[in-house]
Amino acid sequence: METPRPSMSIEELKQMAATIRCDIIEMICTAKAGHPGGSLSAADIVTALYFRIMNIDPRNPEWPDRDRFILSKGHACPVWYAALAERGYFDKSHLGTLRQINSILQGHPDMHKTPGVDMTAGSLGQGMSAGLGMALSGKMRKKDYHVWVIIGDGEMQEGAVWESAMSAAKWKVDNLTYILDRNHLQNDYCVDTEMPIEPVADKWRAFGWHVMEIDGHNMKEIVEALETAKTVKGQPTIIIAETVKGKGVSYMENVAEWHGKAPCEEEAEIALKEIRECAP
Amino acid sequence: MSENKYHHVRPEVIPLLASGELFTSAERQATRYSYAEAILELGERNPDVVVLDADVSKSVGTNKFAEKFPDRSFNFGVAEQNMMAAAAGMATTGLIPYATTYAVFASMRALDQVRNSIHYPRLNVKIAASHGGITPGPDGPTHQGQEDLSLIRAIAHSTIVAGADSPTVKLATWAAAEWEGPVYLSFTRDPVPILFDLDYPFEIGKAVTIRDGTDATIIAIRDMVSQSLVAAERLAAEGVSVRVIDCHTLKPLDVETVLQAAEETGAIVTAESNIILGGLGSAVAEVLVENHPIPMKRIGMRNGFAESGPYLEIVKKYGMSAEHIADAVEEVIARRNQSR
Repeated sequence: METPRPSMSIEELKQMAATIRCDIIEMICTAKAGHPGGSLSAADIVTALYFRIMNIDPRNPEWPDRDRFILSKGHACPVWYAALAERGYFDKSHLGTLRQINSILQGHPDMHKTPGVDMTAGSLGQGMSAGLGMALSGKMRKKDYHVWVIIGDGEMQEGAVWESAMSAAKWKVDNLTYILDRNHLQNDYCVDTEMPIEPVADKWRAFGWHVMEIDGHNMKEIVEALETAKTVKGQPTIIIAETVKGKGVSYMENVAEWHGKAPCEEEAEIALKEIRECAP
Repeated sequence: MSENKYHHVRPEVIPLLASGELFTSAERQATRYSYAEAILELGERNPDVVVLDADVSKSVGTNKFAEKFPDRSFNFGVAEQNMMAAAAGMATTGLIPYATTYAVFASMRALDQVRNSIHYPRLNVKIAASHGGITPGPDGPTHQGQEDLSLIRAIAHSTIVAGADSPTVKLATWAAAEWEGPVYLSFTRDPVPILFDLDYPFEIGKAVTIRDGTDATIIAIRDMVSQSLVAAERLAAEGVSVRVIDCHTLKPLDVETVLQAAEETGAIVTAESNIILGGLGSAVAEVLVENHPIPMKRIGMRNGFAESGPYLEIVKKYGMSAEHIADAVEEVIARRNQSR
C-alpha cells in the first residue's frame, strides 16, 4: 500500500510547528479552557512525528500497519488535534469546537470520537502501557510498525510508568519509543521540587532502556533522534527531550499557571504575533 | 422431591441437595481451574486470544496456556495496572486479551486502567478475576474480592459474568470471546459443587431458571447458586415451593426473567457473596422498585469485612448459608402475605 508521507524538510517542519502553535492558541482561546503550556512544549516533537517520521495514512486512520501514536499526557491534546487537522485527518473547522458539546474534540483524547487518535488517554500513567500492548502485538504478529508515546515529566511520578518501563525492557520491544516532554513544570509547581524525578536518564538506563537526550525544540535534533530510535534493536528507547513549557509565547514560558489556563483574546493576539515573528 | 422441578441440574446432584450433602459429597472444583482449562481450549481455536498474567498464573492455572502458547502469553509480574492498560493497547490491534488476576487487584488496584483504558474506549479486553467474593476464605479480607461486582457494575459499558460452577465458567469464558467489548469474568478460589453440564444453555445476559417454584424466587450468582438450591430443598420440606434462578450475568441484568419471577412468585431473595451494596441485590432491587415492587431481601456480605477461615464456615458466620437464605425466603413470604 502506498501511503502519503510528506517527509518535510527541517525548515518546513519549523514552519508547520509554528502553524500548529498558532492553532493551539486559537483553539484554547476559543474554548476558554485547555492546557496551553504542555501543548506548546510538545509541539515540535509532534510535528516531526506527523510530518516526517510516522508511517501513516490520513485517508485510512485505521490502517492496521500504521505507526501508532499515543499522547499519554492527554491534557496536551490541542497539539495532537492541531497536528491531525493540519495533516488532513479531519477538517480544520473542528478545531474551533474543542471541549464544546457534540464536538469530535474532547477535553482529553477519545479514540472513538477523533479520527487519527489511536488511544484514549487522560488519566496519567496509562498511555505508555497501552503503547507497550500495541508494540507487543506488533512483535507477536511480525508487523513492522513503530509505537510512539509522549509522556510528561510530572506524569513520570505515576508508579505505573515504572511498571511499563520494567516490562518493555523484559520483552525487548524495540518497536516502542517513549518521548519524555521534560518541561519541568506540573499542575502545581516545579517537577524538581514537588517530587523530583532526577536522575531521570540514569533511571531509564538502569531499567534497560536505550536513552537519548536532546533539545526538544531543535528540529534537527528531534528528527535525528526519532530516526535513530527506529534503528535501535533489542531494547526500547526513550528520548528525553528538554523542553520549555509554553514554548513560543513569552508570557507563558516556564510559568506553571499556564499549565491549564486559557488566554483571553488580547493575550491570544500577543501570543500569535510572537509565534509568527519567530517562525522561519 | 420430584426431579422434574429442576432444569439443567445434574441428576446425581439433586438427591444431595435434600440430604444436605451437597458440599461434602458432590464433585467439586474451584472455578478458576475451569477458566484455565477453557482458555487453553480457546487458544487452540482462536489465534487472536492472548493471556496476560500478573504473577498468579500458577494459582489460576494459566501457566498451562503459557507452556502451550509461549508467544501468546505475557506475565507482567506483580503489576496489574500495567497489565490492564497493556491489554487495552493489544485490543486496539485486534487481539483478544484475557487479563488474569485476582478480583481485588482487577477491580481495585487497576480500577483506573479498567475504567479509562478499557471501558471508556469499549476495548475488547476480557478481565479474568479469580478469588471472587469471600471464596478465598483462608486468605482473609485483603484477598476476598467482595466489592468487585459492585465496582465494575458502576462502570459504563461493563459486562459481568460469574458462573456458578466449573462447566458454566467454561461456557462463560468461551462466550466472552464472542462478545464484542469488555467482559469481566469472576471465578471462585475455593471449590464449589459442580451443578451443571456443558450442555447448559449459557448465553451472556440470559438468566436461567434452574428450579421451578411458585411461592418465592431466589436469584443467585456465582457460589451462592449452590447454597440457594439447598435452601430451596429445605423449604420444600416445609411445603414451600421456591424458584431458583442462576443469574450468571450480573450486567446486563436479565430484566425480563427477574420481572417474570416477581409477577409469578411475588417475593424475591437475592444471594451473592459480594457486599450487598451495589451488586446483584442492588441490581434486582432497582428493577423491582421501578417496575414491580414486591417484598425482597438481599443476602450477601453486610457492611463489613469477613476474616480468615474455611470458605464454608465464613459463608455461615457471615449470614450467607442455605439456612440464612431459607430464613430470608420465609421472611419475604410472610411480608407478602401480610400485605395481601
